[in-house]
Amino acid sequence: MTALLRVENLVKHYAPGQGLLSRLLGQKPRMVQALNGVSLEIRAGETLGLIGESGCGKSTFGRAILRLHEPTSGSVRFGGTDVLALDPAALKAMRRRMQIIFQNPYASLNPRKTVAQILAQPLRLHGLASGAELQERVRAMLAHVGLRPSHAERYPHQFSGGQRQRIGIARALILNPEFVVCDEPVSALDVSIQAQIIELLARLKRELGLTYLFISHDIAVIGYVSDRVAVMYLGEIVETGPARAVLHAPQHPYTKALMSAVPGGGAEDRVRLLGDLPSPMDPPPGCRFHTRCGFATDLCRSTVPPQRALQGERMVACHHFPETPP
Amino acid sequence: MTEPLLEITDLRVAFHARHGKVRAVDGVSLTVAPGECLGIVGESGSGKSVTFAAVMGLIRPPGRIEAGRIRFAGRDLVGLDAASYRQLRGRDIAMTLQDAQTSLNPALTVGTQIIEVLAAHGEGNARARAVEMMTMVGIPAAERRLGDYPHQFSGGMRQRMMVAIALSCRPKLLIADEPTTALDVTIQAQVLELIASIRAKLGMSVVLITHDLGVVADYCDRVAVMYAGQIVEAGRTADIIGSPRHPYTEGLLASVPDLHNLDRPIRPIEGQVPDLIDLPPGCRFLPRCPKARPDCAKPVPMRAVGEGRNVRCVLT
Amino acid sequence: MKRLLPGRLAQAAALTVLAFVLLAACAPLVAPHDPADTDLFRRLQPPAWMVNGDWSYPLGCDALGRDILSRIIYGAQVSIFIGVVVVLIATVIGVMAGLAAGYLRGWVDRVISGLVDILLGFPYLIFAVGLMAMMGPGVLNMVLALAYKEWVVPCRVVRGETLAARETEYVEAARAIGASGLTIMLGEILPNILSPVIVVATVRIAQVIILEASLSFLGLGVQPPTASWGSMVADGRAFILDAWWVSTFPGLAILLLVLSINVASQAVRDALDPRLHD
Repeated sequence: MTALLRVENLVKHYAPGQGLLSRLLGQKPRMVQALNGVSLEIRAGETLGLIGESGCGKSTFGRAILRLHEPTSGSVRFGGTDVLALDPAALKAMRRRMQIIFQNPYASLNPRKTVAQILAQPLRLHGLASGAELQERVRAMLAHVGLRPSHAERYPHQFSGGQRQRIGIARALILNPEFVVCDEPVSALDVSIQAQIIELLARLKRELGLTYLFISHDIAVIGYVSDRVAVMYLGEIVETGPARAVLHAPQHPYTKALMSAVPGGGAEDRVRLLGDLPSPMDPPPGCRFHTRCGFATDLCRSTVPPQRALQGERMVACHHFPETPP
Repeated sequence: MTEPLLEITDLRVAFHARHGKVRAVDGVSLTVAPGECLGIVGESGSGKSVTFAAVMGLIRPPGRIEAGRIRFAGRDLVGLDAASYRQLRGRDIAMTLQDAQTSLNPALTVGTQIIEVLAAHGEGNARARAVEMMTMVGIPAAERRLGDYPHQFSGGMRQRMMVAIALSCRPKLLIADEPTTALDVTIQAQVLELIASIRAKLGMSVVLITHDLGVVADYCDRVAVMYAGQIVEAGRTADIIGSPRHPYTEGLLASVPDLHNLDRPIRPIEGQVPDLIDLPPGCRFLPRCPKARPDCAKPVPMRAVGEGRNVRCVLT
Repeated sequence: MKRLLPGRLAQAAALTVLAFVLLAACAPLVAPHDPADTDLFRRLQPPAWMVNGDWSYPLGCDALGRDILSRIIYGAQVSIFIGVVVVLIATVIGVMAGLAAGYLRGWVDRVISGLVDILLGFPYLIFAVGLMAMMGPGVLNMVLALAYKEWVVPCRVVRGETLAARETEYVEAARAIGASGLTIMLGEILPNILSPVIVVATVRIAQVIILEASLSFLGLGVQPPTASWGSMVADGRAFILDAWWVSTFPGLAILLLVLSINVASQAVRDALDPRLHD
């Protein structure tokens, strides 16, 4: 399969909001190293699951490849086009092909607009439809995501969380994109509604031939929807590979800890993490995970581990695992 | 069987809203035995948090306990005066809230906040005990960190601090309301294991309110599943997760992906939670139930099916 | 109307404001006399209910024998016109500047916020007095002098609201579908921050009316023979002990209108604040 999206060495550093005192004292802001050289490939037609805990940079990654946040350096190539080099007009055109679904269905819809206005806006902005055709496409999209035509004239607050998420999905898909970033699309929903949205996303992917980057902290959901997964820790990818292989036989100690922490597997024989997540402003040297890893050695504390390719299209960034490299 | 520590009988709590009466808890009965861990599972609007807010005496207007009894260690809690409740809260029953970020006062040091609770309940050497509790929940260098403010703690540490404060007076019952929802899985595991180990050490009872059946499976002896203000199924955890009898429990189990069995397809529950103002007289799950029959439209009582197991469904 | 203005006091205040607006709008029809018609025989004639009063001049006459009631009605025209026009201009400019500063950040924000800080450093009245002294009196100049500084108020409100709104996911979603900065500012952010802008604008109308009166009182505002409440109060100062009505009635008019606007705008604020509903 060919790569639809190829990200190389993506870096995003930003200055956090500074406190008044430190500004008065003239302290230099320390940079948050949200993404630290991330390379990933997303193949046409697949769902790549991106797992990681809060603050690991997974949402920043999703926004950086769409240039909703400008990356500091690196390259993002989408179907041969260098996304980071696009001028505003070309970027606008590119947005038709790359879309995003947000986590919070309560915050991602403008409360002052009706559903019809929300869904018509993308088509209007790109001059794709007007008049009766526009109405028709809005209606068709509503039906596609399981909403009724009568819902078009309502405002977002008149819907439940699950229905709002359907509206958010409709807005992203009405431009017929090829690639969609799903940023925690079910995390804010009730359990029984989560399944509805997961099913909907799967059906739309089949029907429209979409490619997804599915970002979530819920490992079971990631395992269910993804063809391949990538595991992120403190702005770096520590492991990638086919979803089942990685989730059922994790190699990186961090992935192992994540898998064993998932509830439902019994509370015994957990791989425990030491201490707390280090600050992304002051990441540890060497392997970024060494401060919490039970297997860390001096090598881990001093040297950044190489990304080692394993059999079965897998990659692990660890000095010690797997113990017998292929 | 021993006398239950907590016994709730036919509890009804309603909130008076502008457009009608919201029946948030509608006839809930349950017991918690000493030393037991009971899981309460339900989605938003199921009444799981309101039920235990009632136990804590935290229902305020426009909310009202309309009927029912809450007995804790031989005492009736409904109608208890404010002073007695203050005595009870913290010392005998403690509660940790969902959001540790906002439950700690940002303007006070964590030391002040835990020592305050200990002193209020007449603990002699409050400072030493605070350090002991913080060490127990796994806060390193506790002595030194007493002077820290909540923002200097990570999310997981704040949650553990909440647990330390909740447990500082050795309560008989800990109510943990969604203790892990805001946390990442690795920290979630830490907090749950902490609660489990302290429960074993102190012999206290725990009520774990959650929407995550996996959490229940790992930590709870018994579980009660709530839907739209009622318990629809209750019993031993292994029985309920292994062979659910109520279609809602079945639906809930089928709708979450299982990491250990990714080949099982997930099956969503269609439709939405009913409006608690405008409830159907019969089974509340009826509009979403794939197995609905005509007699489901009549009120459905809770029925005993086997040892310690109850189901609210005409099919059983 | 009931939702917008709960409470008797707020309704009474709103009716008072409405009454002033109607009087001002229909001044030629409702005023009993020409406000510039002088007659020294009526010099300092007292109100109708006092000795030597006359019901055809109900509030009495000023030093030139002009009817005070008619002058108050015509004066309302000036006050309300200047209040509304100044606030309208200031709001349009302030909203644009605030949106630009809050959404674009960077050097745009630094320039606009710097300007705002500098302007806030001057006391309002002294700033306006200085400008009027330079430009000369007159209605147009007064509108300009007040608007020069007034835009700062809505600008600060809008900038703050915009800073919060630009971080919301619906703004991010608009960027993701390719909306331009202008579309996002006007189409996404503005409709969501309109409530505080309206509340501030209503309160500021009252403030501007007071400033107009102050400038006219100092003789820098509207020039005679045009009636203005501020200059009427000033004219009466010399006779305050002998003919109290010359200053008092226009003073009361200012008080009543400003108070009514403030009470009504408080109710508007409550009605528009979503936190107070549901």
